[in-house]
Amino acid sequence: MSRETIAETRTNPAFYALMAALVIMALGPIVMMLTTSLKLNVDITGSASSLLFMPTLQNYETVLCDVLWYAPEHVDYCDPTFGRALQNSLIIALISTALTLIIGTMAAYALVRFRFMGRGTISMSTLMMRMVPPAVLLVPVFGIWTFNFCFQDECLAGTYSGIILVYVAMNLPFVIWILQSFIVQVPVQLEEAARVDGAGPFQVFFLVVLPLIKPGLAAASIFTFRIAWNEFLLANALLDRNTRTVPVTIVNSLTEYDIDWGVIMATGSLLAIPPIIFTFVASKQIITGMTAGAVKG
Amino acid sequence: MSRRLTPYLFMAPAVLVLGVALLYPIGYMIYASFLDWNPSQRIGQAEFVGLRNYTWLWSDGAFRESLAVTLKFAFFVVSLEMIIGVGLALLLDRNIRGMTALRTIFILPMMIAPIVVGLVWRYMYHPTVGIFNKTLNALGLESVPWLSDSFWALTSIIIADIWQWTPFIFILSLAALQSLPRSALEAARIDGASGWDQIWHIKLPLMMPVLIVTCLLRLIDAFKVLEVVLVMTNGGPGLSTEIMALRISRTASEFRELGVAAAMSNYLLIFLMVLTVIMFTYTKLSEARTARLRQAAEEG
Repeated sequence: MSRETIAETRTNPAFYALMAALVIMALGPIVMMLTTSLKLNVDITGSASSLLFMPTLQNYETVLCDVLWYAPEHVDYCDPTFGRALQNSLIIALISTALTLIIGTMAAYALVRFRFMGRGTISMSTLMMRMVPPAVLLVPVFGIWTFNFCFQDECLAGTYSGIILVYVAMNLPFVIWILQSFIVQVPVQLEEAARVDGAGPFQVFFLVVLPLIKPGLAAASIFTFRIAWNEFLLANALLDRNTRTVPVTIVNSLTEYDIDWGVIMATGSLLAIPPIIFTFVASKQIITGMTAGAVKG
Repeated sequence: MSRRLTPYLFMAPAVLVLGVALLYPIGYMIYASFLDWNPSQRIGQAEFVGLRNYTWLWSDGAFRESLAVTLKFAFFVVSLEMIIGVGLALLLDRNIRGMTALRTIFILPMMIAPIVVGLVWRYMYHPTVGIFNKTLNALGLESVPWLSDSFWALTSIIIADIWQWTPFIFILSLAALQSLPRSALEAARIDGASGWDQIWHIKLPLMMPVLIVTCLLRLIDAFKVLEVVLVMTNGGPGLSTEIMALRISRTASEFRELGVAAAMSNYLLIFLMVLTVIMFTYTKLSEARTARLRQAAEEG
């Protein structure tokens, strides 16, 4: 960027106005969800201005009633669905992320260092896998998980392991792809030095390679967690009443009329909070992950 | 442990998982698409009907309608997002303070759950409590049937998708712009090329490979959209927003026609595979060409 353009932008406030407008547009709906979750129904349906209201945590108390240490006064009947769903979502997302990272890093490492397949083949198959829509997996995964993958009378459908297996498979291609680009940059000499000092292949991998590709691992884990945490369609088809995740409970509580917007926005906000935190903590890694495919080719 | 075995040991878990939970289901689906199969039967009990599911779909008005809706949705979403996203990137590609913050905020809509995105927009489009109609009424204008009219419902969904995904194109185009060879832009400026000339003759042609890949990635993703639509309209009113992914899921779970749903999935998969092959071939070809183009730009 040359000096003239810097001087030009300094004097031109139009760019800041544009950026401010973009920020308002991007954040507006999210802020609206958060404020609605703090409103009573009177304030939501009332005709008064949508910014003047008495904030309340009642909706959150309703949603979280069974995990709270006290019984909120305004809740007549405590529906335990959400607390359980939150727990299910956490377990499923965390285990899927951990497994995908372990399996994916090992595979990416082997593909880079031992070259038994061309990188072209790998990126081609990664792209191929990326394009498979979850809706396409719906029929076969439902069929196989309910009828084929059974031990005695226990089938994979309805269990944590069943859905975790799907999420790991869905995320692996992307994770392998992104981690490859980080492993390529680890100098081979470092690994050779460790090997000369008597380290075995697994020691080299865990003690030398892993610490050096932390940024890649961060990007990969955020993308994996996000998919497992947000996914609805396959979770809806595979999980039962006890193992259901938050997105499934949200859709189930939506009715044609008479939606309790305050409560449902509180649920939505709770679901949105982890990804929002990740975004602010690790935006750099997320952008790396996003641009890796297209910009670097 | 033998050194020659190591790579296979490292690869084994990934190959196993991908085989069991991705390749096997896809093979299973291809087989299921030739069956008349409902979810209460085991697959072995289903009757083999050959290509009947595939041919029947074309005589089904709802399927053709869904195909039209999907293509319309994908076309408008991708072209509008490309125009807005690339335009904003060209406009804001300069040293402005706060750019990092803007990019961070721009990622938010893509990170939160599609279910939540659908929820928030459904709320904003609400006929009485939604902010759009409230604002229109406050200005003395008539309410708009955002989600209850077939034209407006698809438009509303397209607007929500633009909100969610334009940032993706913006971020990728900005990254592409910032990796352009500086010497070429400098040379053009010294030669007295106007801002428009620089954009049309230097920036856009050099960005083209990234733009095409971005466009194809978005196109592929546009065919995967499901949750946002499910929450906002569930395909209605009528069939006016029933995109393909939603149609597949309803055929399987509501109409209990697993074979038909599998055949529909296969049509979608074949279509997306063609797009992917085009994208991959294009990337390979353009890598070589960009290298030449950059060299030429740097030399003169």
